[in-house]
Amino acid sequence: MQLTDLTMLELAAKLAERAVSSEEATRACLERIRQVDSKVRAFLRVDEEGALAAARASDARRKAGSPASALDGVPLGLKDIFLTEGVETTAGSRILEGFVPPYDATVVRLLKDAGLPLVGKLNMDEFAMGSSNESSAYFPSHNPWDLARTPGGSSGGSAAAVAAREVFGALGTDTGGSIRQPAAFTNTVGLKPTYGRVSRYGVIAYASSLDQPGPMARTVADTAALLQLIARHDPQDSTSAAVETPDYQADLEAGVRGLKLGVPREYFIEGIDPEVEASIRETLREYERLGATLVDVSLPHTKYALATYYLLASSEASSNLARYDGIRYGQRAKDARGLKELYALTRERGFGPEVKRRIMLGTYALSAGYYDAYYLRAQKVRTLIREDFTKAFQQVDAVLSPTSPVPAFKLGEKVDDPLSMYLMDVFTLPCNLAGLPGLAVPCGFTKAGLPVGLQILGRPFDEARLLRIARAFEREHDFFRRPAPL
Amino acid sequence: MALTLEQVRHVATLARLALTPEEEQRFTTQLSAVLDAVAQLQSLDVEAVEPTSHATLAASLLREDVMKPSLPPEKSLANAPAKSGTSFAVPKIIE
Amino acid sequence: MPVSDFQPVIGLEVHAQLLTQSKIFCGCSTAFGAEPNRNTCPVCLGMPGVLPVLNQRVVEFAVRTGLALECTVKKTSVWSRKNYFYPDLPKGYQITQYDLPICEYGRLVIDTPQGEKVIRVRRIHMEEDAGKNVHDAGGGQSLVDLNRAGVPLLEIVSEPDLRDADEAVEYLKTLRDVLMYLGVNDGNLEEGSFRCDANVSVMPKGSSTYGQRCELKNLNSFRFLKQAVEYEISRQVDVIESGGKVSQETRLWDVNKGVTRSMRSKEEAHDYRYFPEPDLPPLHVSDEAIDAAAKALPELPRAKLTRFMSQYGLPAYDARILTAERPLADFFEACAAHYADGKKLSNWFLGELMRLLKEEGTPLSALAFTPAQLAELLGAVDKGTVSSNAGKDVLGEMFRTGKAPSDIIAEKGLAQVSDTGAIEAVVDDILAKNAGEVEKYRAGKKQVFGFFVGQVMKAMKGKGNPALVNDLLKKKLGD
Ligand SMILES: [Zn+2]
Repeated sequence: MQLTDLTMLELAAKLAERAVSSEEATRACLERIRQVDSKVRAFLRVDEEGALAAARASDARRKAGSPASALDGVPLGLKDIFLTEGVETTAGSRILEGFVPPYDATVVRLLKDAGLPLVGKLNMDEFAMGSSNESSAYFPSHNPWDLARTPGGSSGGSAAAVAAREVFGALGTDTGGSIRQPAAFTNTVGLKPTYGRVSRYGVIAYASSLDQPGPMARTVADTAALLQLIARHDPQDSTSAAVETPDYQADLEAGVRGLKLGVPREYFIEGIDPEVEASIRETLREYERLGATLVDVSLPHTKYALATYYLLASSEASSNLARYDGIRYGQRAKDARGLKELYALTRERGFGPEVKRRIMLGTYALSAGYYDAYYLRAQKVRTLIREDFTKAFQQVDAVLSPTSPVPAFKLGEKVDDPLSMYLMDVFTLPCNLAGLPGLAVPCGFTKAGLPVGLQILGRPFDEARLLRIARAFEREHDFFRRPAPL
Repeated sequence: MALTLEQVRHVATLARLALTPEEEQRFTTQLSAVLDAVAQLQSLDVEAVEPTSHATLAASLLREDVMKPSLPPEKSLANAPAKSGTSFAVPKIIE
Repeated sequence: MPVSDFQPVIGLEVHAQLLTQSKIFCGCSTAFGAEPNRNTCPVCLGMPGVLPVLNQRVVEFAVRTGLALECTVKKTSVWSRKNYFYPDLPKGYQITQYDLPICEYGRLVIDTPQGEKVIRVRRIHMEEDAGKNVHDAGGGQSLVDLNRAGVPLLEIVSEPDLRDADEAVEYLKTLRDVLMYLGVNDGNLEEGSFRCDANVSVMPKGSSTYGQRCELKNLNSFRFLKQAVEYEISRQVDVIESGGKVSQETRLWDVNKGVTRSMRSKEEAHDYRYFPEPDLPPLHVSDEAIDAAAKALPELPRAKLTRFMSQYGLPAYDARILTAERPLADFFEACAAHYADGKKLSNWFLGELMRLLKEEGTPLSALAFTPAQLAELLGAVDKGTVSSNAGKDVLGEMFRTGKAPSDIIAEKGLAQVSDTGAIEAVVDDILAKNAGEVEKYRAGKKQVFGFFVGQVMKAMKGKGNPALVNDLLKKKLGD
């Protein structure tokens, strides 16, 4: 067994006993990256120097008996959407190539303050727009379970790096499923917290009313531990919730006996992969065996979520991405003649096709004469989708479903078919529209050996219960012990 | 709903994207398809429904009127593609 | 039709920078005149990942202004993004308020030659200022300075209730006085912290349909506002008279040429694509906060003017000057607390004090003497301890040194002689020396009286109490 096979909490225990040093753990990650990342291509850049310096500082604290946190010294990776002071941050886009931020995102500062060495920046769909990592301006990442397949997106690099055991955990962001879908594709755990639970300050915005950073790890307990570090009210984020952070480990092992778990009939639709459906059904039966009650629930507006999401997310994105103009930072079309060309050429060359497509859609949906028909109407349907969940949660403690209708698909398979690509998110994006917490946990494999993930959705700020439900299943299987065939 | 090439060009101008002719064609087709797909929302009766623009429970967060240190200009301008002194430089603006 | 057959219709949009320490959404300084981009941070530079956090003082100032202009202050207002591309707009959108502003439906009373007139205020909203482009920096370049980006602004929009350039100027002056009284704005048009755009249209007299309007920019003085509006009115009338149509456009006041000209760059169809700002939840202002602001509202210029007239018995002219600026009004009232005759006090303010303030360039806040001392001086003049002319010298000395008037009078020997016996002796002496003139006087040449007064005062080095001198002369001359 290698050092990198340990879970975060196992490593933390060894660091606490001083059986292992953070520098050793960090070097083990760096070595693993050297071995496998040429195949997985999870990293956009590795910050070896910074990570080792942080590891040595952590070791000094451990030696002095004053660790900064329970995870002090555990190496972590960051989706390239989090601003890191002094370390290039691109959001997977050409337009930000060479951009070196002058400040740290709030969550990055929290992780640094907690003593975690940050190994590097992980690949992603450009500006988090995509479900396969193929819209990254640099290269696609590969799924460690089948290198011909996508690790999902947009936090695909993060999921791939965790699954390939290049890092012990990572942070991703989730706007319409970008943490949960890659987690489901890679046999890892991903949690999208309640909107407002984790600060968005310093996280490059895609769709501000939907974006939410969250932890990705190999186990539920690791996910809980990581969430513990980043779930904080942030006075620099006006949408951050001033809600107490509970102890996410406290009830982790409490099981599901007596819980009512909702099964939404609208989530078992035509087009869902039979093996995925079978795996989820089996998981539901297992929850019954573990003492939970399954309740049939209806979320009647689910079929409108996709259209609602694409209108709202694209509209917000068209505005959020207006700042990339080549004036203050990032790439500029140096040959532009005049100001007009400066804008139009910089943006034409700097953005990839998926980003341009969404900017176009969003600009159109907000433009004069179309606002009411598209944007405003989508906001109203968003209300209906939220109300669906409010009603469901009057009956049940959580809602269970597949995370994705299919297992990881082949790279290149859907890249020219935006609509079929958008359908990949159909189960994950209602959660963002409603602002709810959602968690993906491994629940089995297809015959071809591709991971399947269960999605658990909960009430606002009910992350602890989601983790507890996920843990009840995980404890029975330990799928996370199974290494990807690299 | 089918978008016209003219509409695509107008939107590209608003969005400051110098699309190639090939992109204009492709986006006309693709965005028309997306608009067809989102047209299903038109069938819902949302007359009496309030729009949701924020998914947050957060109340208005206010900060005190207190000055905080700014960035030194060399940091503010460190990523600038073109600068002059401590100003960002752009091609001459014609009013 | 001549110009006089047309009715101009004017509305003003005023942008007032709020007197906060820090910007509206970040902690950078709002100070004017720093080196370019010295007062910038990731937030106001529009760096990736940044988020706005609202300065609560901006809300306080908006509520205060709304109450002063008798607006409805909304308990919930909403932030929006106004999307457009320009180098001085770092995020590619301006955070502003659009369909749900913080204040609506107010009014401001102005004076016109026909008497008082109510100008309705349509709305007041908060927003962030843009930076500054230096258009022609040489080398085919323009430069961008973002120090001003994110400075808080109030936009105050009037209804098109103004009917000529003079009313527009009067409205703008009155509004400026109110904002300065409230302590929310410094009223500086030249530095651009108090800016005004004018919407101008004309229609035939008696019509109730407004004509097509033009928006005038670059009106950074009251004079330019008057000139630009007058020019624009006659331009529009000319267009209509020659059979043309006024087209809706933005026009710039050209100070050098004295004309308004079309801004071609703004003519492109704008589509600002407003939508609710997702990074800022709706703003809630509690009833308690509104009540507290209403209680803390200072007396406003117009109310103060009326009160000065009745309480101190002042004519409107005096009251207007004394209440034009709050510090002067406050100082007047402090003096009036020690001195009962308001009109006399006002005469000293309008005459000697304002002359000194202007000549010496001293701000009122730096005055060396106290209200009680000024009252003491005026009392001394009343009692005849010092002549009115000498009193002016005393005030000048007080102004420069801050010494008590009694000390100055004593030091300089400025006290009047009011001792009847002493004056009588001098009068007798002068009459004795000028027997010929006395003859003439008694023969009816009354104008010689002035000569006697002059001789007595000269002999007394100007310190004789004029009233006593007069009385005694008349008595001795047998009148
Ligand atoms: Zn700032």
